[in-house]
Amino acid sequence: MAVVEDVATDGKTAGGVFVAPGQPGSLVDVKPRYENFIGGHWVPPTKGLYMPNVSPGTGHAFTEVARSSAEDVELALDAAHAAKDAWGESSLAERAAVLHAVADAIEANLTMLAVAESWENGKPVRETLAADIPLAVDHFRYFAGATRSLEGRSTEIDKDTVAYHFHEPLGVVGQIIPFNFPILMAAWKIAPALAAGNCTVVKPASPTPWSILKLAEVIGDIVPPGVLNIVTGPGGEIGKALASSPRIAKIGFTGETTTGRLIMQYAAENLIPSTVELGGKSPNIFFADVMDQDDRFLDKAIEGLVLYAFNKGEVCTAPSRALVQESVYDRFMERCLDRIGRITQGDPLDPTTMIGAQNSAQQLEKITGYVDIGVQEGAEVLIGGERAPLGGELVDGYYFEPTVMKGHNGMRIFQEEIFGPVLAVTTFTDEADAVRIANDTLYGLGAGVWTRNGNLAYRMGRAIKAGRVWTNCYHLYPAGAAFGGYKISGVGRENHQMMLEHYSQTKNLLVSYSDEPLGFF
Amino acid sequence: MTGPVVADGGADVGTARVVATPAALEAIGRVVAERGPIMFFQSGGCCDGSLPMCFDEGEFTLGDHDVLLGTVGGSPFYIDHRQFEAWAHTQLILDVGAGEPEGFSLAAGADRHFIVRSRVFGQDELCTLEGREPAT
Repeated sequence: MAVVEDVATDGKTAGGVFVAPGQPGSLVDVKPRYENFIGGHWVPPTKGLYMPNVSPGTGHAFTEVARSSAEDVELALDAAHAAKDAWGESSLAERAAVLHAVADAIEANLTMLAVAESWENGKPVRETLAADIPLAVDHFRYFAGATRSLEGRSTEIDKDTVAYHFHEPLGVVGQIIPFNFPILMAAWKIAPALAAGNCTVVKPASPTPWSILKLAEVIGDIVPPGVLNIVTGPGGEIGKALASSPRIAKIGFTGETTTGRLIMQYAAENLIPSTVELGGKSPNIFFADVMDQDDRFLDKAIEGLVLYAFNKGEVCTAPSRALVQESVYDRFMERCLDRIGRITQGDPLDPTTMIGAQNSAQQLEKITGYVDIGVQEGAEVLIGGERAPLGGELVDGYYFEPTVMKGHNGMRIFQEEIFGPVLAVTTFTDEADAVRIANDTLYGLGAGVWTRNGNLAYRMGRAIKAGRVWTNCYHLYPAGAAFGGYKISGVGRENHQMMLEHYSQTKNLLVSYSDEPLGFF
Repeated sequence: MTGPVVADGGADVGTARVVATPAALEAIGRVVAERGPIMFFQSGGCCDGSLPMCFDEGEFTLGDHDVLLGTVGGSPFYIDHRQFEAWAHTQLILDVGAGEPEGFSLAAGADRHFIVRSRVFGQDELCTLEGREPAT
C-alpha cells in the first residue's frame, strides 16, 4: 500500500507495488458507496441501507455497498423478466458477439480488475494478473464459441414422423457466487447462463461484493439491460430470497454443504433444477518415482505440493491432503518444506508477494481453530501454524503463515476443508493404500496424482472418486475441462460446454408429415 | 471464550457432544426472544464450511439420517451423519465470533455470528460416549 509521493504512472509506486484502489495514482477508482446493478442501471437499495466493505490486506473498510433486502431481489427479478424474451430470442451470433465484447472489455481492463480483485479478496496480485482475470476473459470467449456450435438434434422416428429437439432458454436464473474467486466464479456462472439465452440475478458473497460491481462498471453497457443484474447484501436475507423465489427457473450455488442443502430444498419446493458446488478435501498423491531423478519434473512435483498455498488455500479444490509414498517421504518433504519456507508473504498488491491475506477475520479465526484441533489430535506442525505478524499498514490484515501438519487421515484436519494455507500430510505404502486413503473422505471434488509411470497415473485417476484428477499438474482451470464433485462435493458441472444443456430446456417438436389418421376413433 | 462452557439440562460438560459458552447462550436467548425457536446445523465443505448455521426452527428440512448432537440453550443442534462420523471424537463448543454470518445463517447479534470451537475427547470420555468400559 503505497504512499502518494512515489507514485509512478503505471499505477505502481517506485517500489513496484500497485497503489491501493481509491488512492491517488491508483488504476482503480473507488466510489464512497455502491448501489445494486439492476436493469442496466445503478439502483439504490429499497431500504437505503449500506454495509462496509473491508480489504483483507489491511482489515479496514474502504467503501460501502448496498445492504439489500428481499424487495431489491424482486426489482432485479422484474428487470430480468422484462429482458428475458428479447435476450432469449436473440440469435446465437448476437449472444456470442455480446460475450466476445464482454471478454474484450475485461481484457482491456485486465490490470485494473486484477488490482481490484486483489484488494477485494486479499489474494496476491500476481495471481489475479496471471490467473483470475485472464481465465475470466477466456471463459467468456469459450462460451461465445460454444454457443455458436450449439445444435439441436432431430430424429427420424419413421419415414413420416420427425422428432426435433431445440434448446430453449430457461428464462431467469439465480446465481450465488463464493468469496474466493469473486470475479472468476461470477464469470463461470454468468457466461454459460447468458450464452444459453438466460437472464441472471447474481448475488456476490457478502465479504466480496465490490470487485463484481467493478466488473459491472466495465461490462454493464455491453450486456443488454436486465440480462445481468447484481444485488449485494447478506445471504440470510437476499440469498434466501433469490434461491427460494418462484420467479427463477434455476439456481446455481457455490459454497458450503448446509447452504447447498437449503438451496436444493428451495429448488425442490419450486420444482426447479439446481447446481451446487460444495467444496472438497482433495488428496494430492506423490509416488516414490517422482524422486527418481532430480530434474524439471521433480521441481514441478514439489511446486505441485506447495500449490496448497495458492490463493492462500481458499480454493474448493485446494490440494490440502498430501499423501507421500513412505519410501521417499523424508527426502521429498525436505525439498517441499524448503520451498514452503521461501514463500514470500506480504502486501497482496506487491507483485512479488506469493501469499496474501485470508479473506476475513472469520476465516482467520477458523484456520487458527483447525491448527488447534490438529495439535489436540496429535498432529505435528512441520512449518508455520501461526498468524503471520506483518507490520505497518498490514498489521490488522488477515495473514496466516503457510502451514504443514503431519498426521493421519482420521484426524479432522484431514477430513475438513480448512480453506486456508494449511496442508495435512501423511504417508502411504503402496498403490492400494494410496487409493484407500484418497477415497477415505466425504468429499470428491479434486485430486492430484504425481508419478513418472503413465499406467499407474491412469489407474489412480480412474480409482479416485473425484470429479477432477489432475495428473502431473494441479490447479489448472482451463475453460473446456468439466469441473464438479462426486459425493457431498456437489451436484452438476461447470466450466464446460455441457453447461449450455444445464442452462437450457429441451423442446421436442414431434411432427407428423403423414395425412393418415391413427384410426382409433 | 467468555467463561466456562455449559451443557444443556445439567448434562456432564465432559461428555456432552455439544456445549455452549455464556456468550453463545446469551446470543441464543436474544435471537429466540426476537424470532421464536431456532435450530443449528453444523456445516461442512467450501468457504464457510466449518460454521454452525443457525436457522428459524423448521427452516432447514432435516433428513432421517441427520444426527441430533444435543441442545444448546434449548435449541437443537444437528449434523450430517457422515460428518458426524468424522467429527465424533471431538466435542463442539458453540461460541460467538465477530463479523456477519455467511451462508443463509441468522446472525448472533449485530455483526456477530455463531462459531464452533472443538475439543478432542479424552479416552475415558470417548468410552463413556460409546458405552464402552474405560481401559484400566
